[in-house]
Amino acid sequence: MISDVDIPVAVAVLVAACVLFGAFLTMVGCLGLARLRSFYLRIHAPTLGTSFGVLFILAGSVLFFTVSGGRIAVHEVLIMVFVSMTTPVTLMLLARAALYRDRAARSEELPLWARNPSQAGAAVVDVVSAASETESRS
Amino acid sequence: MTRRLLPYPLLVLLLWGMWLLLQQSVRPGQLLLGLVVAFLAGHAMAALRVPRPKLRRLWKTLELFWLVTVDILHSNVAVATLILFRRHRAETSAFLLMPLKLRDRNGLAVLACILTAAPGTAWLEYNPTTGMVLVHVFDLVDEKQWIERIRHRYERLLLEIFQ
Amino acid sequence: MSATILTWSLVGAQAMIGIAILATVYRLVKGPRAQDRVLALDAFYVCGMLMLLTFGIRTAASFYFEAALAIALLGFVSTVALAKFLMRGEVIE
Repeated sequence: MISDVDIPVAVAVLVAACVLFGAFLTMVGCLGLARLRSFYLRIHAPTLGTSFGVLFILAGSVLFFTVSGGRIAVHEVLIMVFVSMTTPVTLMLLARAALYRDRAARSEELPLWARNPSQAGAAVVDVVSAASETESRS
Repeated sequence: MTRRLLPYPLLVLLLWGMWLLLQQSVRPGQLLLGLVVAFLAGHAMAALRVPRPKLRRLWKTLELFWLVTVDILHSNVAVATLILFRRHRAETSAFLLMPLKLRDRNGLAVLACILTAAPGTAWLEYNPTTGMVLVHVFDLVDEKQWIERIRHRYERLLLEIFQ
Repeated sequence: MSATILTWSLVGAQAMIGIAILATVYRLVKGPRAQDRVLALDAFYVCGMLMLLTFGIRTAASFYFEAALAIALLGFVSTVALAKFLMRGEVIE
């Protein structure tokens, strides 16, 4: 148990700060998932937890096990690498599935110009030309 | 010859590292076993005939990695503040369609992962014939500024690395 | 002293992750559409994994990591399969 472990107070404070901040970010992300109104807004929320939420909790864990165990704990790096590589993939797949379903259902969540993939180019010509102008200037 | 023997050297190296991390040891037995597993996995990958990405200017990946880490941290703070304190009547999120010069598939995959991993943006769809990408931005104040940002921060570096 | 700090901060962290799990469950139940539920399930998996990691620190035992890794793997595979299902109506093409 944790009461048997003897680590310096400064390290304990650092571990506590890391873990609390990571948990806080995760909580905010999930609250956003519950609160936000449309699917395309909600898809932003979980990445709070999966990017720096996980990172901070894992950092706290690495610090704790390294100091208390007396050897460098790097196990957590695997989870970090794994989570940061898989989350974008799942979210992208989910976003594409949602886009496909929303187009099929003619959902109100999509703006008119994005509802049809073939017509999506025409409505944004002004944006594109504006962007290429700024590019030619720079 | 080395290509036949070791089709994906970087993948083999990474898998070996992962094996050692999972085992939490660097004893000779584990070193050897991990190497064999990684080597076989590299050959299994070769059987799938995935085109090898041509990476150039590898030191630029470090720059990109650092840039992305800092940006994701900023994006985290920005989105967390918005979720906690914004009254949801104020609607600032929007879809953004922008053209990309990047054509390399691996580069596009990396760009998609970067944009999706950052809480402020989400990659939705890429059209390979027109080179247009549909992105959803959580807090879209200035459309041009976001396009500039994606171009100058990520696409420029990815073009240097992959094309 | 340090044990007290750690114990209470971990209890706090677990409470926050617990709230996060409740929020994802709310979204999972409420929907309204299938993609919302799948997104909530994905976030639920991540929260569960984080909860296990904090338990790992609390008990100072490292075997929780294998469980966390397994949960992360399962979450990835199941979300990808569900997303594929939503897109095409079948998992294996």
